[in-house]
Amino acid sequence: MNWRRVLLIATPYLWLFFFFLVPFAIVFKIALSDYALSIPPYTPQLDLSQGWQGLVEFFGALDFENFAFLAQDPLYYTAYLSSLKIATISTAITLLVGYPIAYGMARAPEEWRPTLMMLVILPFWTSFLIRVYSWIGILSTEGFLNQTLMWLGLIDEPLAIMNTNKAVYIGIVYTYLPFMILPIYSALEKLDTSLIEAAEDLGCSRLSAFWLVTFPLSRPGVIAGCFLVFIPAIGEFVIPSILGGNETLMIGKTLYEEFFANRDWPVASAVAVVLLAILIVPIILFQRNEQKQREADQ
Amino acid sequence: MNRRFSWFNATALTLGFAFLYLPMVILVIFSFNESKLVTVWAGFSTKWYGELFRNQAFLDAAWVTLKVAVMSSTLATILGTMAAYAMVRGGRFPGRTLFSGMIYAPLVMPEVITGLSLLLLFISIGLDRGVMTITLAHTTFTMCYVSVVVSSRLVTFDRSLEEAALDLGCTPFQAFRLVTLPIIAPAVISGWLLAFTLSLDDLVIASFTAGPSSTTLPMKIFSSVRLGVSPEINALSTILIGLVTAAVITASLISKRSIAMREADQQAAARA
Repeated sequence: MNWRRVLLIATPYLWLFFFFLVPFAIVFKIALSDYALSIPPYTPQLDLSQGWQGLVEFFGALDFENFAFLAQDPLYYTAYLSSLKIATISTAITLLVGYPIAYGMARAPEEWRPTLMMLVILPFWTSFLIRVYSWIGILSTEGFLNQTLMWLGLIDEPLAIMNTNKAVYIGIVYTYLPFMILPIYSALEKLDTSLIEAAEDLGCSRLSAFWLVTFPLSRPGVIAGCFLVFIPAIGEFVIPSILGGNETLMIGKTLYEEFFANRDWPVASAVAVVLLAILIVPIILFQRNEQKQREADQ
Repeated sequence: MNRRFSWFNATALTLGFAFLYLPMVILVIFSFNESKLVTVWAGFSTKWYGELFRNQAFLDAAWVTLKVAVMSSTLATILGTMAAYAMVRGGRFPGRTLFSGMIYAPLVMPEVITGLSLLLLFISIGLDRGVMTITLAHTTFTMCYVSVVVSSRLVTFDRSLEEAALDLGCTPFQAFRLVTLPIIAPAVISGWLLAFTLSLDDLVIASFTAGPSSTTLPMKIFSSVRLGVSPEINALSTILIGLVTAAVITASLISKRSIAMREADQQAAARA
């Protein structure tokens, strides 16, 4: 092992260790601490000057009180449940919207496809914040949508969409749509069309050929797309705080407010630890799905 | 898959792309609206762009954002390329599983958690919050994206080219600079661009790690957006959308040209 190799591995390793892993250890530690009116606003503080005795006292003062508090206060578990519900419903809608687009792209003439791909990727490079913001002008009471619908005479009164969960669903579907389209498209593009022809020759209708052949073969893409939407949607902060209203409870927003408005660092840290615990299951399932895909491709 | 481009497919594509692009088109159109009421059209005007450039708070925030983005994406590209090298070429080393976990985890981590944990780190080591802490935070989460982009290129890289350079008397560093780097350069450049746009766009992590005197553009946009739609923000958004579109189109033209050149090289090599 030469020094060059050690330097090459150690530099990014230590960077991530110090700026990614150590901060988590600190979050865990503060989640076990208590709120206090001091700077920083929690207790106990680790005081190494008191040696062993200080260390014992420090660990003795850590407890799971904050987690018990999260379990008792309905605000938190309704926020967790509501995040899961919003993420699930928006993932389902994104799939329903994204699948036909990916399907249309895979069936488009070959020379169009690079352009279509770029058109799907381009919004991803555009500011997330701006894309969310663009919906305010459309959904608000005097917004573009209500004005158009009233002008067409379809409605008499403006629809109340802005500042409700409906606006949050629209925002999530809109911003995460490229993450759903791309994996489904890449699964559909690889598909061997002779399989569908064979199914139709054997007497399948076009719809049943789709259900029995195309859809099952695109399933890895569908699964990957669903995870790519579901996982970030749970912890989403920007969309519920810009498009949502008072009824919108999402855990990312709760954490942010707990920290900045209530300045309760221990509870905010405990909220983060529980959020992480909730996310670990879908993240592991997603990694497994990717692993299986890689093995199947080889 | 190339058959039956039916009316169904055409409708799906038209509606889908309308959904993806209409909100941004409306935003751009209303940035040229004379009226302060963003939803009522009152004639063409560019006055909001003028207002925007006279707004010192926005200009300051833009400057902070640009500084952070340039520094963090450059640092992230160096660290991310090293990380990709360590993962693809590093062989076995102690803690490799942990390392790969640390590279992939930030990609799926909710921003609120990353932001909170970094802030708590900066406070516990007594670092004053400002441009430097935002840069450190952005470097950490964007280097993982760079590393994923670069390692996907490194995996398909033919190692014998490097070995040939070493056999012909190159030092390892020369081999890297003269052989490896030119080949992985497109991936490194797109990694840098990705890191740059992610940093430019980040609101949550910056809000946690920023100090009182270091407001970034997304933070400024967010605080004015909370008060409702404003034509100035529409103008700012239009500028940003225009810049990104120009950058993406240029990047895709460059990569198309490099593919065409590579194909021409291969054909020339085949003829020779």
